[in-house]
Amino acid sequence: MPLPAPTELIDRLAEQIRPWLTPENEVSAQAKVSEANVRSGPSPCALVGIHTGGVWVMDELAARLGAGLPQGTLDIAFYRDDFSRIGLHPEVKPSRIPFEVEGRRILIVDDVLYTGRTVRAAMNQLFDYGRPAAIRLAVLVDRGGRELPICPDYVGLRLELGEGRHLSLEKDASGALRLAEKGPAA
Amino acid sequence: MSANLQLYPDGRLRHLLTLDGLPARILTQILDTAAGFLSVTEQEVKKVPLLRGKAIFNLFFEPSTRTRTTFEIAAKRLSADVLNLNIATSSQTKGETLLDTVANLAAMHADMFVVRHSSSGAAHLIARQVAPHIHVVNAGDGRHAHPTQGLLDMYTIRHYKGGFHNLRVAVVGDILHSRVARSQINALTTLGCPEVRAVGPKTLMPRDAESLGVHVHTSLESGIRDVDVVMMLRLQNERMQGALLPSPQEYYKYWGLTPEKLKLAKPDAIVMHPGPMNRGVEIDSNVADGGQSVILPQVTFGIAVRMAVMSILAGGEMGVKSEKCYAAMMHRDPTALHRP
Repeated sequence: MPLPAPTELIDRLAEQIRPWLTPENEVSAQAKVSEANVRSGPSPCALVGIHTGGVWVMDELAARLGAGLPQGTLDIAFYRDDFSRIGLHPEVKPSRIPFEVEGRRILIVDDVLYTGRTVRAAMNQLFDYGRPAAIRLAVLVDRGGRELPICPDYVGLRLELGEGRHLSLEKDASGALRLAEKGPAA
Repeated sequence: MSANLQLYPDGRLRHLLTLDGLPARILTQILDTAAGFLSVTEQEVKKVPLLRGKAIFNLFFEPSTRTRTTFEIAAKRLSADVLNLNIATSSQTKGETLLDTVANLAAMHADMFVVRHSSSGAAHLIARQVAPHIHVVNAGDGRHAHPTQGLLDMYTIRHYKGGFHNLRVAVVGDILHSRVARSQINALTTLGCPEVRAVGPKTLMPRDAESLGVHVHTSLESGIRDVDVVMMLRLQNERMQGALLPSPQEYYKYWGLTPEKLKLAKPDAIVMHPGPMNRGVEIDSNVADGGQSVILPQVTFGIAVRMAVMSILAGGEMGVKSEKCYAAMMHRDPTALHRP
């Protein structure tokens, strides 16, 4: 099955996300809850990409959504739930959250959403940096197969892939992104 | 032999006892993982849940505040339960043998032992006896090895110099009595450092120093000329036997690293020391507190490196228990099953 080019999917994602950056609707809803929000306006937002594919998608999104949007990266290796089964991932990258998480609206960005375990780990890790005002989830591809009650807010492409199939985002030497599907045919 | 004891049949790390014979792949894995752990200190909650529910016993048969503290902080940042035992002051004085002590602690469901002992080979002895799910980290044994110190030194060098392949490194001081020097030299050689110098007075230089693959210098001036890294060793007064040395004042005169002598090294050379320092003996305060000193960053990196070692050892056990490498291991050491 031919998979669409990631850049098209990212264009689609960026259009979905744009209203969230200036959430007039949400502000009025929040204002009813708390007068403090009326004075301070909407909480600031930020993007957080999950290593490695999620960071690539975040970089592309940030280029489309405009400069000035704070960006962070998470490597969830230390928060995985399969550590005692398979051990530490051999290539752990440093996590960088160069902004205050407390009170901020945060968009977690990942490449492929499958079981939901990675997103669970990312949320746990994010809470160790502070208490965000809200968290949303954007994924390039939702391939089905969830094992946890996690649901993306912004999706580039929805697929139903069988259990044995493997879908990943790859980056070639020229920096171009590509979706690759492997495994036995369904 | 120790390399085999340290690794599972599939090549993963089981115990950390010495850097001698450990492949560059494992050293690099530890350093890379440590870089990830360094960012944990930027979190509001400076802890990750990796070793939740694991019990780590710090067995210190020899007093050490700093090493024990950094192991303890590292284990706590990994969410493990930590128990500190200063055994010099407890059962050993009542006549219990080392292995009985360890067997009793294993029966309390220990998952990892961090061992400091004044006898070379103590950690190996324990590693040979423990049940397959227990890991041993050598936190310094006699004159033999201090692998986590060696690793944190490698982390520090890589951090400031970017790598090892173009470096000239001097290890300076009491090479003869230093387990730190041995671990440093092993690691530098494995990681591809082209010129490692052992620098110290003849009386404190092992006779077989050259067989370690180092260049021996018996004067500080020639030893640190044009080096990129100066790794000072502590003058180990408590280990000094016989008349190997004149007074500390005399040592400082010839071997103390002063700002003037440091000028012989490259202008961007870094100065390291494993601590605790004897100011005015092996190192001058103006060097220890100077712009080229990276002695305090070493301490910070040491925690991340120890977190990396402990988490690499403790992870993936269910895989080990269920897979064939476990069977191979049991086959090699059939007595292990009968041990607590």
